[in-house]
Amino acid sequence: MYAPYPENMMESVKKVEATREKRMGTEPRRLSAEEKDALLKEFHPDYNPDAFAEIKVGPNKGQKAPLELADMLHSTSRLMKEKIDLTKIDYDVDILIIGGGGAGSSCAIEAHNAGADVMIVTKLRIGDANTMMAEGGIQAADKENDSPVQHYLDCFGGGHFAAKPELVKRLVMEAPDAIKWLNELGVEFDKEEDGRMVTTHGGGTSRKRMHAAKDYSGAEIMRTIRDEVINLGIPVVEFTSAVELLKDEKGQVAGAVLLNMETGDYSVARAKTVVIATGGAGRMHYQGFPTSNHYGATADGLVLGYRAGASLLYQDSIQYHPTGAVYPSQILGALVTEKVRSVGAQLVNAEGEAYIHPLETRDVNASGVIRECREGRGVEVPGGQQGVWLDTPMIELIGGEGTIEKRIPAMFRMYMNYGIDMRKVPIVIYPTLHYQNGGLEIDGDGFTKEIPNLLVAGEAAGGIHGRNRLMGNSLLDVIVFGRNAGKKAAAKCKEINLGEPNLNHIYAYDEELKKAGVETGEVSPLLLPHYARHEQR
Amino acid sequence: MENMVNVYFFGKKYSVPSELTIMTAMEYAGYTLKRGCGCRHGFCGACATIYRIKGQNELKTCLACQTQVQEGMYVASIPFFPTDKRTYNINEIQAKQQIMMELYPEIYSCIGCNACTKACTQNLNVMQYIAYAQRGEFEKCAEESFDCVGCGCCSVRCPAGISHPMVGLLARRLTGKYIAPEAKHLTERVEEIHEGKYDELIEQIMQKPLTEMQELYNNRDIEK
Repeated sequence: MYAPYPENMMESVKKVEATREKRMGTEPRRLSAEEKDALLKEFHPDYNPDAFAEIKVGPNKGQKAPLELADMLHSTSRLMKEKIDLTKIDYDVDILIIGGGGAGSSCAIEAHNAGADVMIVTKLRIGDANTMMAEGGIQAADKENDSPVQHYLDCFGGGHFAAKPELVKRLVMEAPDAIKWLNELGVEFDKEEDGRMVTTHGGGTSRKRMHAAKDYSGAEIMRTIRDEVINLGIPVVEFTSAVELLKDEKGQVAGAVLLNMETGDYSVARAKTVVIATGGAGRMHYQGFPTSNHYGATADGLVLGYRAGASLLYQDSIQYHPTGAVYPSQILGALVTEKVRSVGAQLVNAEGEAYIHPLETRDVNASGVIRECREGRGVEVPGGQQGVWLDTPMIELIGGEGTIEKRIPAMFRMYMNYGIDMRKVPIVIYPTLHYQNGGLEIDGDGFTKEIPNLLVAGEAAGGIHGRNRLMGNSLLDVIVFGRNAGKKAAAKCKEINLGEPNLNHIYAYDEELKKAGVETGEVSPLLLPHYARHEQR
Repeated sequence: MENMVNVYFFGKKYSVPSELTIMTAMEYAGYTLKRGCGCRHGFCGACATIYRIKGQNELKTCLACQTQVQEGMYVASIPFFPTDKRTYNINEIQAKQQIMMELYPEIYSCIGCNACTKACTQNLNVMQYIAYAQRGEFEKCAEESFDCVGCGCCSVRCPAGISHPMVGLLARRLTGKYIAPEAKHLTERVEEIHEGKYDELIEQIMQKPLTEMQELYNNRDIEK
């Protein structure tokens, strides 16, 4: 018998196998609104009161934030003791885009095409971003039985009715055009022979509107738009981080101070508009969770924007993806795409029960996994971690032999690296820190309300997804709001007259911290997580 | 006590827990990675790495984030590799064999050594997809190269100086844009939206009070 797991896990696999045939013919029922609420309140990490702190300064003073984020907001600028000559301008552009992921790159393309002089600055390489790692797909209501209105309902309801309507409107109304734009840049979506898009469900969707490029959907999008950025000759300053925004005496943003990550040297970028497209915060490891995010996901943009006076929205709402890898330990936290469930795998506990519908929204499914483990129906893996099964062999039984290699090749490869053949045995999963639902608050056009020429796009923005994001709405968000920010910034920079760049806001912020009696002893933004053994705290 | 192995980072010896990946072992050894580290989950190709096991002569390539350490591993990460990407206007080129000759003529200097395939960290048949590109079979090249993460290990080993990931990328963009048939339902929906067909409906749903939205959401029919 094929046994890639330790004995206790194989015992549980037998139970999963024993119920598989019976489960094949049934679909676990969906939970009622009341049942979902109860499950979330008891098990979702956002309801853990010990994991949040009150913000003591700034526009969101008095509200909650995850401890680790509050710590960054309560820390001072690394430039407090630096003498930066702000009259020496190293880069002078119309639009400075901070971040080289999906939002930053699509923003750059549209801004360039609108005639603006644009530059991307990114602390790693262009494309080192969560966009690259998005596996499952991108939503758009483009089929006959679907409509942007239906998409609106799914998105707004799935986000617990907390999203900003004008943002959801833009997301769903511009979704088909985003797919078309990507397709025309050469993104290879999965299609039928006649050109029809192959679409599936995601958690919480009422129509099959998930477009994909195998399970490399984000990678296929990212590498294509990165290629386009390079083709267009848009300057990309890599391994360079924006560490503070610059403002002028009129309260406008005026560029940023940049740090060369390798040499430690500072430089100054002046810009008529700035777009924060810095992405998420998985590497902050809220509540000790492992993460599916890339190395640089440290909430930098939130800190920069907040210190400059822009407010946050839903900064206390975090998405834990229900299916992160738990075993083997080498891939702990790695994303097991929701598409695995879209193509047929059920969530099954240690006793072989399909205890929940596999395509509830992510917050509900994550809470379900946590409940099963906490109540003793989890599978223990070496090292003591718990998880539940994702019954992958069902995929081949439903879709036919070869479905796994064809539809989810990245997942197949990731597990085969460690000798686990998911066609034959189920895999163990537990929630992984995946997405920051909130971020800097923007209006329908992508601008912050406090600073007239500062825009935010992508995961760094808050309000688009309310308090829970649906699968496939993030790849969509980075493209829709990235493109929009590019167009809007290009128009805006024509009417901006910059004053003298200054850093007065960081000194004022530091005063506020002192008045509030907050001192963390740290500087922020974090830029990179402390993973070197001697730097860990 | 953890099971430890000896590894050599850039020639210097460290004792590290055996279950770590090369990437996490470097961090265990004290490195703060600035280059050679991106997504950490095998999708971005930032952590191209070469290694040799003590006592063996074969030089191997891998992604540091996806590879477990072994006893006697001599490791060097590749912080950057100058692959040669040619620029073009995607709207002006055509999906014809000629385009490879114009943009990446060196693919026709392939000597068939297959070093690229052996070096591929994704186990792709790299030489095969270059052969498809030579013949202008872009769809096949796109499919064969689809899982490429662009780490560049193939190009490091190529005696003909081919930048394989860039060739695959061009083939995929040509396939996605020009060869794969148009999604007519998509084109139509985009037109409908531009014509304003959904403007009123979307305004209506935006105005609905919370209780009505909850009612609509909780009772919406879900496609089977």
